[in-house]
Amino acid sequence: MKVPLSWLRDFAPFDLDPRDLGETFDDLGMVVEGIEFIGQGVEHVVVARVLDVAPHPNADRVRVTQVDAGDGALQVVCGAPNVAAGQLVAFAPVGAELPGDFTIGRRQVRGVWSEGMICSARELGLGEDAAGIMVLDGDPEPGSPLAAALGLETDVVYDLAIEGNRPDANCIAGVARDAAARLRLPFAIPEPAVAESGAKVEELATIAVDCPDLCPRFTARVVTGVSVGPSSPLVARRLTLAGMRPISNVVDASNYVMLELGQPTHPYDLDKLPGRGLSVRRAEPGEVLVTLDGVERRLTADDCLICDAEGTPVGIGGVMGGASSEISDTTSTVLLEAAYFDPMAIAWTSKRLNLRTEASARFERGCDPEGIDRAAGRFLELLGGGEVAAGMLDVRTEPAAPSPIRLRTHRVNHILGTELGDAEVRALLEPIGFRVEPAGDGVQAVTPPSYRPDAGTEIDLVEEVARHHGYSNVRRTVPVSPYVGHLTTYQRERRRLRDVLAGAGVSEAVSPPLLAPGDHERTGHAGELIEAVDPLAREESVLRATLLPSLLKAVGFNAARRNADVWLFEVGKVFRVPTGRRGPLPDERELLGVALAGEGGGAPAAKQVLDVVLDAFRREARIEAATAPGLHPTRTARVLLGFDVIGHVGEVDPEVAAAFGIEGRVGWIDLDLSGLLPTSHSYAQARPVPRHPSSDVDLAFVVDDAVPAAAVAGTVRRAAGPLLEDLRLFDVYRHERLGAGRRSLAYRLRLQAPDRTLTDADVAEVRTACIEAVAATHGGELRA
Amino acid sequence: MEGLEKVETGARERLEAAATLDELKAAEADVLGKRSALAGLNAGLGRLSPDERKESGRLINEARRRLQELARSRLAEMEASERAARLEAERLDLTEVPPARGRGHLNLVTQTRDELEDVFVGMGYTVAEGPEVETDWHSFEALNFPKGHPARSGFDTLYLEWGEPESTLIRPHTSPVQIRVMQAQPPPIYSIMPGKVYRKDTPDARHTATFNQIEGLVVDRRITFGDLAGTIETFTNAYFGAGIHSRLRPAYFPFTEPSAEFEITCAICSGGGCRTCSGTGWIELGGCGMVHPNVLAAVNLDAEEWSGFAFGFGIDRCAQMRHGISDMRVLLDNDIRFISQF
Repeated sequence: MKVPLSWLRDFAPFDLDPRDLGETFDDLGMVVEGIEFIGQGVEHVVVARVLDVAPHPNADRVRVTQVDAGDGALQVVCGAPNVAAGQLVAFAPVGAELPGDFTIGRRQVRGVWSEGMICSARELGLGEDAAGIMVLDGDPEPGSPLAAALGLETDVVYDLAIEGNRPDANCIAGVARDAAARLRLPFAIPEPAVAESGAKVEELATIAVDCPDLCPRFTARVVTGVSVGPSSPLVARRLTLAGMRPISNVVDASNYVMLELGQPTHPYDLDKLPGRGLSVRRAEPGEVLVTLDGVERRLTADDCLICDAEGTPVGIGGVMGGASSEISDTTSTVLLEAAYFDPMAIAWTSKRLNLRTEASARFERGCDPEGIDRAAGRFLELLGGGEVAAGMLDVRTEPAAPSPIRLRTHRVNHILGTELGDAEVRALLEPIGFRVEPAGDGVQAVTPPSYRPDAGTEIDLVEEVARHHGYSNVRRTVPVSPYVGHLTTYQRERRRLRDVLAGAGVSEAVSPPLLAPGDHERTGHAGELIEAVDPLAREESVLRATLLPSLLKAVGFNAARRNADVWLFEVGKVFRVPTGRRGPLPDERELLGVALAGEGGGAPAAKQVLDVVLDAFRREARIEAATAPGLHPTRTARVLLGFDVIGHVGEVDPEVAAAFGIEGRVGWIDLDLSGLLPTSHSYAQARPVPRHPSSDVDLAFVVDDAVPAAAVAGTVRRAAGPLLEDLRLFDVYRHERLGAGRRSLAYRLRLQAPDRTLTDADVAEVRTACIEAVAATHGGELRA
Repeated sequence: MEGLEKVETGARERLEAAATLDELKAAEADVLGKRSALAGLNAGLGRLSPDERKESGRLINEARRRLQELARSRLAEMEASERAARLEAERLDLTEVPPARGRGHLNLVTQTRDELEDVFVGMGYTVAEGPEVETDWHSFEALNFPKGHPARSGFDTLYLEWGEPESTLIRPHTSPVQIRVMQAQPPPIYSIMPGKVYRKDTPDARHTATFNQIEGLVVDRRITFGDLAGTIETFTNAYFGAGIHSRLRPAYFPFTEPSAEFEITCAICSGGGCRTCSGTGWIELGGCGMVHPNVLAAVNLDAEEWSGFAFGFGIDRCAQMRHGISDMRVLLDNDIRFISQF
């Protein structure tokens, strides 16, 4: 909201520095988003007449002029294309300071002295035109101040952001009231002076309301003999400063009143209202109205229509008028509507029609039903001419008398941490219109003014006390937590998981929880998906059920930018339709996804990263060949802890990767964090480090490809018995000599007894047992 | 002694001529061995008189010692040069070693979140989390935003096809976790709630639809607005640095009253006023206030017995301010060239 300082001064004597006043607004919660200083920086600029224009001897694009700024001819070099003899121009003489801390000096331009500068509107901060100099209209005296010639009045315009709970501050007078109270300045809204010289209003027009719930108060005043024309310079200037375009004296007066007092009004050309009056009713469901903006609006029974006396709609109450009864140049009889509409009803109508206007914004926050009379009077006062009909048509539902709120001073201090007394609390509330009366020891009965519909409970009053006491005047303290701050085990282990992955060379991605339609399908996901209602964009319209599309998009994004060897992981939530009964919320779980693309990526890398992760959490998982949607059918395994599948390891199906613009193998891991991470902490228990020497045995078995290496290892482990300290697969070898579909798996066994050095016989016994077991279980032969 | 000098000279030449360890060993056997000329001279001593034998024997032994010394030094010399040659052959230019894959990088958002969590953990707070898909009740109703409340429109909430219309949504703020925490444990509560949120807001350089928030909630006996202001200041100093301060100014949120926006000293100009802070010296960081009695009532807490404060701000925004990120959308691109910068 644009608030000119000169307008504020109509209500209170604000004579402090405009910047300090801005700080006061900020401190009261009326946030200053900008301050504009109007007409400043041209104090030294005068009117001058161009006497002569001649070419510059040494430059093509500038000219040498002679100007008269009241003291005879001065030589001035000018680069503007539009300069011409006889013009009246804005002239900055030597020594003048222009906006932007720029001082004019006597200087040479290509060998010709210049005694000042002829200015463009842009250089003076008076407009955007920088193409040429500013040429003045009329006949101002050379040497006279430019500001006077232009009728410029200096002013300061604040751009304030008003919060939703401050309907009172949505107008100039309200801002002035709040600031004056804070600054301890006297504040008053002058009563409008209206001379009623016409007929009784009842004889000129009628009003009727048949939906008092939507429109609790509806009033009309009538002026006859109006002549429509331009507004006074003051009204036009203030409207312009406030960001509204002056239109005509009638429309401008209505807008002026809205900006000044916060009460929207609507002027009608009474001669164009069939039946010479207005009626207010609910819209018929599906009823259609073309509003002033030319848009056809389809309405519901919750919308409030303003109609002529014959029932034809002329506007949507509190939102927007219609074209038929608009004020025109020929209007001579004006009916002014000033009403109070139910805020929630206006909010719904405005939202449903996606139509927000200056009026609806004010009505939905809550206007002052008691401010209507003054607003209508102010309109008539501003309009000035014509004959004002006597009285006001007024249909109103008497509002419930405002009930006082009990305000306990100790409660104020308890919430704020202050030590205010009853009198101080009262002194903070009264200047902003609250009526405060004693109601017992430390308790006061507070009645909010009609323009503060937001203040209905004790805590609302506490906030008002705090605002006017000043947030910065509350002593700062720090409460001491009785707890030792900590992360949960899960949170700590999740951080460790990220660190382990980063240490393993994998970087962390973060993706939106939403995907485009088809993203899941492209990864072979067939489960039911949860869709967004009315999403912003199709790209983010389906909740993700797996991390695969998110990470493939990230890898694809990098691939498209020639970022090679991208290893990414994400720890994130996925959302699924539960297999059983639907709860209030979908099944939401936190997963780890890992995608390893490029050189050194692929399933082997994925398996190695998985080994690092499992080791970090001391998990003994089983890896079993399996298939999963989107993953490579012959290079994928599931990861089991006990009987629970906690995820997969392997490779992305090459066709799926290609669908995301990725060439080459992409290693993949997904793990359910609830399966992987411990939720309660357990400390690893120390085992004594063996003091006796160990012995190594290398065994290479030739087995069919169908026999998993993990199965062979399991057999060796069991056969070797308790002496086996460590078992490691160190070589896999394929050769035609071994036979088709067979390969050699070489294991190194480290044998160790806790209490003695092993004998050759011990080692030989283990060796034999392992060879026999592998032969018996898997048909594996010892490789010669 | 006749001939000894010649023998020694010949032997010396022989030892010195050896070019390899093998040649040296052969030469050593030839000149000092049993069949060497020196050994022959020694054998001839018997033919001499005792006096001559003594003198000649001494001369022969001295010559032998000299030759043995020469052989030893030649051996040491050869071993040293052989070691030098062997080591030279192993020479490695360490700058030619190709770099390994290298470490991965945690996302900047995670790093920022962890650090913010640590600040509050240090102040005695626990870290609470909740679902990203939430009920309308937890997200709005319980937070004193009834249906149709105008303040809801500021949240650009994305509802989901789940249950009754407008009953389920992607949380537009982490505040529903406050409700869940208050339902799950009795006061005192000193918790923060970090997490991902989503708003149906067209992305631009300053906003992304998906972003991360962190909120704090304290509920205890006699918690005051002064406690809120002091806690914000303590956090600001701890995270942003000792020269960065905070101030509160009145604002409106349905779930707190009194409510405030909190601003911190503009780090670009240290409060002097610059373009970033529109000349004010302050940068808006987040919202806060005293927990509204209606919110306490929604979780069956007696507002006369318990009071509390809550605050919230953007994790991404902290990262943006600290690391000079000009376009927030880069946080969700997952471009490895960006991720690896941190």
